[in-house]
Amino acid sequence: MAVKFVRPKIPKFAPDPWAIQFDDQGRLRHLLTIEGLGPQWITRILDTAEGFVSVTDREIKKVPLLRGRTVVNLFFESSTRTRTTFELAAKRLSADVLNLNLATSATKKGESLLDTLRNIEAMQADMFVVRHDQSGAAHFIARHVAPHVSVLNAGDGWHSHPTQALLDAFTIRRHKGDFTSLRVAIVGDIRHSRVARSQMHVLNSLNVGELRVIAPRTLLPTHVEKLGVRVFHDMREGLKDVDVVIMLRLQRERMEAGLLPSEEEFYRLYGLTEEKLAWAKPDAIVMHPGPANRGVEIESSVADGPQSVILEQVSNGIGVRMAVMSLCMSANRGENA
Amino acid sequence: MKDAPENLGIDHDPVRHPEGCRPGLDCDHWVIRGARLRDPSSGLDTTSDIYLGGGRIVGIGEAPDDWPQDTAEHVCAEGHWLIPGVIDGWARLREPGQEHKASIATESAAAVAGGITTVVMPPDTVPVLDTVAVARYIKRRAQLAGRARVVAIGAMTQHLDGELLAEMAALDAGGCVAISNAHYPFHDLRLMRRALEYAATFDLQVLLQPLDPSLSERGCAHDGAVATRLGLPGLPVSAETAPLAQLIAMISETGARVHVPQLSSAAALKLIERAKADGLPITAGVSAHHLWLTEMDTDALDPNAHVIPPLRSIRDRDALRRGLAEGLIDTVVSDHQPHEPDAKLAPFPETEPGISGLETLLPLVLKLVEEDVLDFERAIDALTTRPAALFGLSDAGSIAVGQRADLALIDPDAMWSLGSIGMASAGENTPFVGWDFAHRVETTWVNGRRVFLREP
Repeated sequence: MAVKFVRPKIPKFAPDPWAIQFDDQGRLRHLLTIEGLGPQWITRILDTAEGFVSVTDREIKKVPLLRGRTVVNLFFESSTRTRTTFELAAKRLSADVLNLNLATSATKKGESLLDTLRNIEAMQADMFVVRHDQSGAAHFIARHVAPHVSVLNAGDGWHSHPTQALLDAFTIRRHKGDFTSLRVAIVGDIRHSRVARSQMHVLNSLNVGELRVIAPRTLLPTHVEKLGVRVFHDMREGLKDVDVVIMLRLQRERMEAGLLPSEEEFYRLYGLTEEKLAWAKPDAIVMHPGPANRGVEIESSVADGPQSVILEQVSNGIGVRMAVMSLCMSANRGENA
Repeated sequence: MKDAPENLGIDHDPVRHPEGCRPGLDCDHWVIRGARLRDPSSGLDTTSDIYLGGGRIVGIGEAPDDWPQDTAEHVCAEGHWLIPGVIDGWARLREPGQEHKASIATESAAAVAGGITTVVMPPDTVPVLDTVAVARYIKRRAQLAGRARVVAIGAMTQHLDGELLAEMAALDAGGCVAISNAHYPFHDLRLMRRALEYAATFDLQVLLQPLDPSLSERGCAHDGAVATRLGLPGLPVSAETAPLAQLIAMISETGARVHVPQLSSAAALKLIERAKADGLPITAGVSAHHLWLTEMDTDALDPNAHVIPPLRSIRDRDALRRGLAEGLIDTVVSDHQPHEPDAKLAPFPETEPGISGLETLLPLVLKLVEEDVLDFERAIDALTTRPAALFGLSDAGSIAVGQRADLALIDPDAMWSLGSIGMASAGENTPFVGWDFAHRVETTWVNGRRVFLREP
């Protein structure tokens, strides 16, 4: 008997890998990475967020923009804070929210990513918020998702975490205004950080005055300077005249992988203490994507100190995520142009 | 003939296997008229008739005395080139063990569609090609398929686990053309040295791909600017050069003949250059995709550009091109790795590496000739003469009376572009879809039988 093989259609690759974020009329449909957004879209998202941040300050915090829509949090890697802020953002837009923690269930049972996706798509979801431990996962999902679904990247591997970078830019803008005169330093584990990569793209898109990274060589990826940063290995030099200090979380695995000798040595050299913070500008703000390891990358008195805007970042995160969700959804409805 | 390839199911597709190239249907005597015969190994470049009979080339220019004028098949090939069939020194056919990806039947048909008449298979099959029984099985499957000749490389260690030596002498006697540990590491340097010493005892050709397992752990892309931007775990050049330097040290002590099938970096090429200058018995190859693609091609996170060794920088690619042109790199291989679509349906780092390359090997190398990177002679030398010498295939790789009639007829003016639907391989995982080529294989003979005829 002749067997006829039906070959599944695989979407062709766009020459511009980031073009997939926009629909054929140039409207934002997915948010996967900062790359390709350009200063206009970034500014538009930040401006929209301003309106939502004031909503979150009101007593009744809901607006009906996403009423009747279903947002699914697809978390293939566990996370509490990011998932919670996405959930709150969706709820304040009056959407129905479904949280799926897949780090422990489906994929561990051998279910393929694509099948998980198809199943949830079949439940008439309108938006996927995706976190995955592999770089490129959000792009993969966006490439294969049904045409009515928007995909928001909530962190993929070491690649990208666009909403975090946008909320950081939002927070900086609220405190410092113009970006072109600012010096910003990102400190710590750049190599494994999707947050740092997205911050570099967002700040360079907004034409930041100078962007620095401060870390030992083992925590910097190859050719990091090609991402538009100045490289420092010494905190005193690196923090000089800096307006914004962004600390990154250091994971314990880094010591086991032989990238660092000990937490203590890291803290001594790169941990942000009051003493080291004094090397930056006196009005410098201190940021951290959280959750911070006190005594490893940051001193408690700095994290809770007057220059810290860490908690503000968290609350701004809700407004920024509301902005991104509403912009992407209005592309689905044919509104934003 | 219970398990003839026609019974595999996959083989029934009439589009892939037109009646015209079914094995066993074509006649044994051929005269190819008017083709330009081009064989750099003998300096042959002449327009002449060529006569094939009994699986061999029996006459060039004039027919042999006993030529069966009435029953011989004629082919008019004016305006075409006839070259020795390509010998692809490193290609996975997925059988035995991974028939859901491809089979010897499908892939040997794909080979001849690309002008490849001999395919050399590494031993990483399931079960591993570490016994003569597996080697015989592969040979028989290839004979039943009746397209390209398939020859096998035996395993250097049992199960390729790098711990106990395989019966290399038996594998050699059983028809294996070389031995290799595929891309698997040796347990330690002592065992590697002993494996090389043992192989040198019998003057076996050894193929080893240097790739340090700890430096390449999780790595899926060249450790450079593109991987940094995409957050992909990087595979540094030292994952290739460090073990290569160790290998060279061992070669100089043991005298083993070693071939490195796929160089990926300029730094590794430099090590090869020095070792060759020192007179060591080392040779090297490169895969066709490393001559064309770079890390920039992983930019779109296209899983079809996920290969190991990875696509490296433009500087690396240009060095490999120069090395090939100068003859420092001896051979070009397809590094054929056909996959089922599901193997590539995942985020980039989770996809299986590999390109389905049989049908693009010759076109990509001839495209280098078009762009003046290589001269034609060097291109054909790297695809036929050198691999024939490397694997001891003394009756293949050249056009001369008495040689095997393994030939490819090329239309040098056929403008065509690669479409995934038209591929003969069961694996359509190629980043070259849409690429334009000028040279196209029209007809292929293996052992004097016409095994491929392109449909008009």
